[in-house]
Amino acid sequence: MIERDPWLRLARHTPARIALGRTGASLPTGEVLRFALAHAQARDAVHMPFDADAVEAQVRGLGFATLRASSAAPARDIYLRRPDLGRRLSEESRTRLAMAAGETVDLVIVVADGLSSAAIHAQARPFLAAFRPFIAEQGWSLAPVVIASGARVALGDEVGALLKARACVLLVGERPGLSSPDSLGLYLTFDPKAGRTDAERNCISNVRPDGLSFEAAAFKLAWHIREALRRAVTGVELKDESDRLLEEGRPPLRLGAA
Amino acid sequence: MAYLHRIGAKSFVFADLKDLMAKATPPRSGDMLAGIAAATAEENVAARMCLAEVPLKAFLSEALVPYETDEVTRLILDSHDAAAFAPVSAMTVGDFRDFLLSHEATPEILAALAPGLTPEMAAAVSKIMRNQDLILAAKKCRVVTRFRNTIGLPGTMAVRLQPNHPTDDAAGVSAVILDGLLYGCGDAVIGINPASDSLAVIERLLKLTDEVITRFEIPTQSCVLTHVTTSIGLMERGAPVDLVFQSIAGTEGANRSFGIDLKVLAEGTDAARALKRGTVGQNAMYFETGQGSSLSAGAHHGVDQQTLEARAYGVARAYNPLLVNTVVGFIGPEYLYDGKQIIRAGLEDHFCGKLLGVPLGVDVCYTNHAEADQDDMDTLLTLLGVAGVTYVMGIPGADDVMLNYQSTSFHDALYIREALGLKRAPEFEAWLERMDITGADGRLLPADARHPLLGYVAGRAA
Repeated sequence: MIERDPWLRLARHTPARIALGRTGASLPTGEVLRFALAHAQARDAVHMPFDADAVEAQVRGLGFATLRASSAAPARDIYLRRPDLGRRLSEESRTRLAMAAGETVDLVIVVADGLSSAAIHAQARPFLAAFRPFIAEQGWSLAPVVIASGARVALGDEVGALLKARACVLLVGERPGLSSPDSLGLYLTFDPKAGRTDAERNCISNVRPDGLSFEAAAFKLAWHIREALRRAVTGVELKDESDRLLEEGRPPLRLGAA
Repeated sequence: MAYLHRIGAKSFVFADLKDLMAKATPPRSGDMLAGIAAATAEENVAARMCLAEVPLKAFLSEALVPYETDEVTRLILDSHDAAAFAPVSAMTVGDFRDFLLSHEATPEILAALAPGLTPEMAAAVSKIMRNQDLILAAKKCRVVTRFRNTIGLPGTMAVRLQPNHPTDDAAGVSAVILDGLLYGCGDAVIGINPASDSLAVIERLLKLTDEVITRFEIPTQSCVLTHVTTSIGLMERGAPVDLVFQSIAGTEGANRSFGIDLKVLAEGTDAARALKRGTVGQNAMYFETGQGSSLSAGAHHGVDQQTLEARAYGVARAYNPLLVNTVVGFIGPEYLYDGKQIIRAGLEDHFCGKLLGVPLGVDVCYTNHAEADQDDMDTLLTLLGVAGVTYVMGIPGADDVMLNYQSTSFHDALYIREALGLKRAPEFEAWLERMDITGADGRLLPADARHPLLGYVAGRAA
């Protein structure tokens, strides 16, 4: 009954769902159910509650000091409808971060749930573990890592300004795809402050074991931070040239001086 | 000018025409986000009742986005064809709905009327139409365009083959092109969204699709969906550009956020036509649009997102495009929250585009943070098939592994052809039969492992 496609061997060239076969004009039962499962997993990733306690414990376990913050979006469904609320701190968080601020630092790292808590649960700790050596190597001064819930990317602007950071790195759960429900995004913004546009940030996307590896992403981010601090800019004016430093296609473990 | 409507003892006041239009719009999250939606269900219907009594002529004298500061408004009003408008010039918005659904409104009469209608008139009447009205009226509007085949003939629906790959890998893209062609898809365009914006990568993708089309004499066209200025640069380098792509919106400010204006669209159109790569026509532009883009760019002027979307079709029609599609569920739940809102918006967009004379296709799609699923897409696809949609997307298994969203699949295209008897573009349909991919009835034949397309792609991937 099932008409099989004799080009299944080409499927190794793409993650796309090719050579699925058919019954009449329609998908075979197996693929209908596999697709439903992938969508269910992506949906669960969007709605999975953010376990900020567990993430904070993991980040502390790596030796970072931490702070907690939440956006002005009071609940997940409101967060999805009102992106503007996810870009602003709650009154309470704003006060707390302002009180915690110290001297000017090079960097603040924000760990934000975004559209996939699953991505943060799975990738934040191993990514930060891979990134930590670059902080030590470059001698960057650091504010406490801020664990932010109900957050969109621009929330980092307000956090960065309050904590007097020269640059903000925001780890965020990316919009889940069917084939990648737990992908991490990294956003770097120099001189963070409310009103920054996306054209003023650099983004490193698809960080996960099946995508951009933790080591490669950590190296790429460190390169961008070094250049951002040196040239006092991020965004469209800071083009990614980190690939030139790859050693036989692999990321080096040290960045070195500019 | 303020508008007033009384229901019993209650009075509903609307500050001006754009306020009335926003309040009359069927509910959607984007207008709520913008703070311009009706506050209650009753106010929403009161606004529709009030709008139904507004003369169509009012849209020629009261611009929703200022004429002086917005070149899209200037384009719409300066190119308005008063002679074409004359037959409906005395009608109200409500009369106009009745006219569109009457037997007097034939395909020929509607085609002649199109240059006399502004996007705002189309948007206004759509707001007082039910889904079945949007389907029936759109079905009567015929827009036919040509490049290497004929798109939009009655009883046909085309498919864009969308072979995206997360790293633009040549073997991966080729494998999906093969999958799509052997599933009978690709008559609208073989159109790739590149992951990279590198000129070298885009040129390689253009050559790859051009070689397949040339080698197998496929009556279709290719496109790499990159910025219009990039395409112009590639044409100057001699790259094989069939269609020039650009995302467009309904206000000058939103277009500026895309890095374009009307002048650069004209440059792109002229450059593509000068290459004369079309064989049966020279409709050489491909535009994408979507409700919410102007709000997202902070350039909405307090106008509802559906009206601004119709204005994007006003931009499109100035360049005689081959293809225009709304990416209806792509932009996210902050603009269209759930399956119900996506379905309604898809039907509105399709109707408005067709009424204005634009070859409208729909990317029937959703993201994973919207309250929607494949069942909603089945519903919208079926409704659009009935409404005579120009084309839809074809993505293997409906899963776009580069853009991370779900659209319609090659199988979905087969389904809608089977359910509604829709044919492909005639030149492409004949090619499929000649290649032993389909039989005389248009259905797929059992796949043959020795098919020359398969050998070609496997050989290149090796």
